[in-house]
Amino acid sequence: MGKRVLVAEDDPSDVFFLQRAFAAANVPANLHFVRDGQEAIDYLGGDARFADRTTYPLPDLMLLDLKMPRMNGFDVLEWLRIQPGLKRLLVTVLTSSDQPQDINRAYDLGANSYLLKPHSTNDLAEVVKRLQRYWLELNRNPVLLNQ
Amino acid sequence: MARQAAAILLVEDSADDALLVSKAAEQTLGGVRLLRVPHGIAALQYLEGQGIYSDRTAYPFPEIVLLDLKMPEMDGFQVLRWIREHPKLKRLPVIVLTGSTLEDDSERAYENGANSYLVKPCDFSQLVETMKHFGEFWFGGTLLPNSGQ
Repeated sequence: MGKRVLVAEDDPSDVFFLQRAFAAANVPANLHFVRDGQEAIDYLGGDARFADRTTYPLPDLMLLDLKMPRMNGFDVLEWLRIQPGLKRLLVTVLTSSDQPQDINRAYDLGANSYLLKPHSTNDLAEVVKRLQRYWLELNRNPVLLNQ
Repeated sequence: MARQAAAILLVEDSADDALLVSKAAEQTLGGVRLLRVPHGIAALQYLEGQGIYSDRTAYPFPEIVLLDLKMPEMDGFQVLRWIREHPKLKRLPVIVLTGSTLEDDSERAYENGANSYLVKPCDFSQLVETMKHFGEFWFGGTLLPNSGQ
């Protein structure tokens, strides 16, 4: 069974390139996308339209953009780390910011790791492969409630 | 000034295991220094730069801690809690590397703030694979926080 990855990303072209990179890297993962921080919280919390966990399963890994409308990635991390059944969810920040204050703040708020979005398609496929090998294969995942 | 080689602090009480991890790291983590302390108390002293560890040329501040769990005196869970409560060290990435496959241990490690949990394989060639993927991920593009300086 493929692992599940939830991607919180507001930029449609980044979504498109990520989908392509997962396909190109031959990663057997089920991808789900949300378009901003509020939608990520609705999805993870199982609100209204995301209540059906067969269609919207809890992910094994979340890829989180930082700069998003409504609620940003930091807000999502802050919310997530105090949710009893969800707080250990593995989160990798995937962003175009390499500012030390963003990196530090993301780790302070409990990000498991932090990656820079590459510019080229090949580099993105390589990043996706590394994510898959490390977080979906090598790492021993936490247990989430309601999974 | 030349860029300092990245450093990993390995906290591991078993000399045999430490040797195997160092050998596996030598084969896979080119340019990364692996420094070992034999127990939790020494890890605290190392990270705070106390005693002999004040010499940061010989004992560089690490980018990452690889932490065993079962250790005498101060175990890995206590080290994790200490790091996460330390004002200057709290964001230091800590990756648990243990022989334990117990769910209780991995849950407790995440609860105490581990970034990641890796099971130490008994077989050496598998340990080499583990260290290779560990190195490719954490030293191959992952951006790490500033801590401790």
